[in-house]
Amino acid sequence: MPVLESSGIKTWQWRNQKQTLLEYAFWLALLLLMFACAKFIADRTTWGFVLDAPRQGREMLSRGVPPRWDYMSQLWRPLWDTLNIATLGTALSFVISVPVAFLAARNTTPNLLVRYIALFIIVGTRSVNSLIWALILVVVLGPGVLSGTLAIALRSIGFMGKLIYEGIEEINEEPVEAIRSTGASGAQVLSYAIWPQVITNILGVTVYRWDINLRESTVVGLVGAGGIGLQLDASINTLRWNQVSMILLVIFVSVLISEWISAKARQALI
Amino acid sequence: MAQATTLSGRQWSPPPLIKNPWVRWGLILGAVIYLIFALSTLNFDPARVARGMQRSGRLLLAFLHPDFTTRGNLIFTGMLESVTMAAISTVAGFIVAVPVGFGAARNLVPMPVYLVCRGLIALSRTFQEVIIAILFVVMFGFGPFAGVLTLIFGSLGFFSKLLAEDIEEIDAVQVEAIRSTGASWLQMVSYAVVPQVLPRMIGLTLYRFDINIREAAILGIVGAGGIGSTLNTSLRRYDYDTASAIILVIIALVMVVELSSGWIRKRVQ
Repeated sequence: MPVLESSGIKTWQWRNQKQTLLEYAFWLALLLLMFACAKFIADRTTWGFVLDAPRQGREMLSRGVPPRWDYMSQLWRPLWDTLNIATLGTALSFVISVPVAFLAARNTTPNLLVRYIALFIIVGTRSVNSLIWALILVVVLGPGVLSGTLAIALRSIGFMGKLIYEGIEEINEEPVEAIRSTGASGAQVLSYAIWPQVITNILGVTVYRWDINLRESTVVGLVGAGGIGLQLDASINTLRWNQVSMILLVIFVSVLISEWISAKARQALI
Repeated sequence: MAQATTLSGRQWSPPPLIKNPWVRWGLILGAVIYLIFALSTLNFDPARVARGMQRSGRLLLAFLHPDFTTRGNLIFTGMLESVTMAAISTVAGFIVAVPVGFGAARNLVPMPVYLVCRGLIALSRTFQEVIIAILFVVMFGFGPFAGVLTLIFGSLGFFSKLLAEDIEEIDAVQVEAIRSTGASWLQMVSYAVVPQVLPRMIGLTLYRFDINIREAAILGIVGAGGIGSTLNTSLRRYDYDTASAIILVIIALVMVVELSSGWIRKRVQ
């Protein structure tokens, strides 16, 4: 506890002089950096459009409210597609990421080379956003629900794989020892000692990712990979703001529902 | 094992995850029916996929010889723009999120303020950044300004939700102690609340920077600035060599930021 003594009065201080100076230097550097960033962004902005924003916003609002309720009849199919992209994508990712996670976990991997390959798959798929996957897959497979599903699945492999393999590495080793000492084979150790310990975690991660995937699957349509994003893109391009607001409302409600389902399911697991 | 089986006359099997057999089989049956329905509406077109396979070959080959130089200038400024957008919106988002976070903590503010702040957080968290970006692009025009606003809005929901949860869980004893010295609301917050939540907030800021980098890399696809627009253009022009170079640069950047933010977070906490 540094104490500052001036004219006989001791004052308690949080930090000593050197620490204080360092702290000020850090904040100054951050401030300068932020100024540089702001300048960079400002130089690349067309301020005429920005100043026009209040008028544009008012126009959007006045044309978007009230939403076009009867447009809903055309939205059921895209909504179903969106749900499928999220659910099938999560299911596919589950099928792939569970074995990959077992190969990547330090205590269940057969050897070091396999572990590094599995870790590479996890890190590689995680670093690429699902929208970029969708862009690539639309080129390869053509526009449609299939590209969206695969894009969501690929992005999820890394996410789920990482959380699952960290869960596997944290298991209690005693049951594993116990089962192994009965002379059980590797597969038996896996199914009787490790699997029961990690299954709740795996299901929890899956449900959590499904919730995220529903949000992501609403936008893959913007690059042509199916789902409600296609309608959103079309409505924005034709400036039908009352349809846009209807779609946003539908997305809002479905995300709230999926969040509720995911929270309930995870509660049931614990 | 074999002996035990013959002794008791029946095989032991581990208890099922879901105890109620009706719920268990109902869930399985429901999943199967759903899968059949969903797969039948997938619109799988084998002819199109076969044609695509040729292209995917070219795309994969492009990853073996990515072209960093031809559009090197565009790639560099695009990446710089993405990083700048992520940096400024993380800091600005944090600053905006502090009052909202305090407002969304039930133990600090009256009900109406709480509801308004919670509503704002819900709005920011439900919509994907890309959707917000489209609306902002329409309002503020093409370019990084719309992207920065999008990321600020996204960071706002993230920070203030976590901050509010942290504040709601703080140790009430310290608040009580400071309040009993006759401190004002502001003094109470700065001496009893802030020291309890600050360390985790620093870690979260770095984590959010990590997320913002990823988002800033793709917002360009809808015109909100950054490398995404260059990527989109190069794919649309079948310039796969440049596209693969951009994707590799994005992956490298994301990895570097993730590793270094993880390293700093470990050292700070």
